[in-house]
Amino acid sequence: MSETKYQAGDAVKVRAAFPPGHVRTPHFIRGCDGVVTQYVGSHPNPEELAYGRDGMPKKPLYRVKFNQADVWPNYEGPAKDTMVIDIYEHWLEKNQ
Amino acid sequence: MSHDDHDHSHGHDHSHDEPHPYQPDIEDAPFTERMVMAQAVAELIVEKGIVSTDEMRAQIEFMDTREPALGAKLVARTWLDPEFKARVLTDVKAASAELGIDIGDIPIQAIENTEDVHNVVVCTLCSCYPRMLIGLPPDWYKSRAYRSRTIKEPRKVLEDFGTTIPDNVEVRVHDSTADLRYVVLPARPAGTDDWNEERLTDLVTRDSMIGVSLAKSPETA
Amino acid sequence: MTIRRHHDMGGLDAGAVEQTEHDYAIWEKRVDAIVKVLSTPERKILSTDELRRGIEELGPGVYDNLNYYERWISSATNLLLEKGVITVDELGAKMADVEARWQKDRDTGS
Repeated sequence: MSETKYQAGDAVKVRAAFPPGHVRTPHFIRGCDGVVTQYVGSHPNPEELAYGRDGMPKKPLYRVKFNQADVWPNYEGPAKDTMVIDIYEHWLEKNQ
Repeated sequence: MSHDDHDHSHGHDHSHDEPHPYQPDIEDAPFTERMVMAQAVAELIVEKGIVSTDEMRAQIEFMDTREPALGAKLVARTWLDPEFKARVLTDVKAASAELGIDIGDIPIQAIENTEDVHNVVVCTLCSCYPRMLIGLPPDWYKSRAYRSRTIKEPRKVLEDFGTTIPDNVEVRVHDSTADLRYVVLPARPAGTDDWNEERLTDLVTRDSMIGVSLAKSPETA
Repeated sequence: MTIRRHHDMGGLDAGAVEQTEHDYAIWEKRVDAIVKVLSTPERKILSTDELRRGIEELGPGVYDNLNYYERWISSATNLLLEKGVITVDELGAKMADVEARWQKDRDTGS
């Protein structure tokens, strides 16, 4: 696990980047603050695979949990509601 | 292995203003350009020796064996065997293999409903789904409405399915965006303490493993 | 500029979830099988990621007007053409052939 930058419990921010091509980080979550819950292995980079390349080097993938209310300011449900999204390491920044 | 309990409505992936009708028996139905394209490509890759007709047939037959009953068996076993459940939560592939179910190479992660958390799965970017464990997804899972709304107003979407989650339970939405697929382990219904695995399996619906509903209660089973 | 691509729809407003479903037709199963057999580790002619990228690049109009497996076969066919696995001529001829056969089957009621 030494190759991974984050571990469970780390506060992270999803990069607020908007490249025009194929990515697997949903638009709505970019720029949001969350907490890593789990490292779920390193996988070939889908942003490379999508264009016919081999996806190497592999990218660490994390499950990241967000509070609904932090993602949607007008969220109508209870404050405890959350979402968990799978996000590759290169889409995450450390949050202080 | 067919889905006899389903209706044959021509559900599809968008609003109903431009229907694409089709029926299983192509000879009786209008065919679209893409159906022709699919047949043409299937024949070309066989003629070129890339695949054999046997392999194509075997693949289609194999997917026909993938159905919610496989996942239901897994869930029912977790209700009866806490150690098995622990193995499911750490490694669905190995635990499924114990039941003779091969889920292939795409990792599936199980997420457990508890007294405190209700889980529901969506894929906002496409339609990722644990197909090797519960078969191909229903149309609504691939619909714009489900993919758009579930991540933002999950409780309202659950209401569309007649499922009300109390406010003291956290609703946790899982967006299946990357290399993992998710299957929900619904909670065991009350009043089933003396039930055997076979009866319990009947309570586990496809929708309960997506998380839009709960397992059936003994009264409605 | 914050580009949101058409397929990336999480959080957008939409109507009620209509609980539609249908038994998958044989042509849909065939499309599924085409993609699966071409993307096996032994062949790697297609990948899921390429298929998704190709679906996204169908563009908003086509994306919404086609149903799920129509999008799959459109993307897969484009990829096979790009990669030189099949040619435009071969595809055109075969599609004409298939259509003629199906039309004949239907006309003769077989």
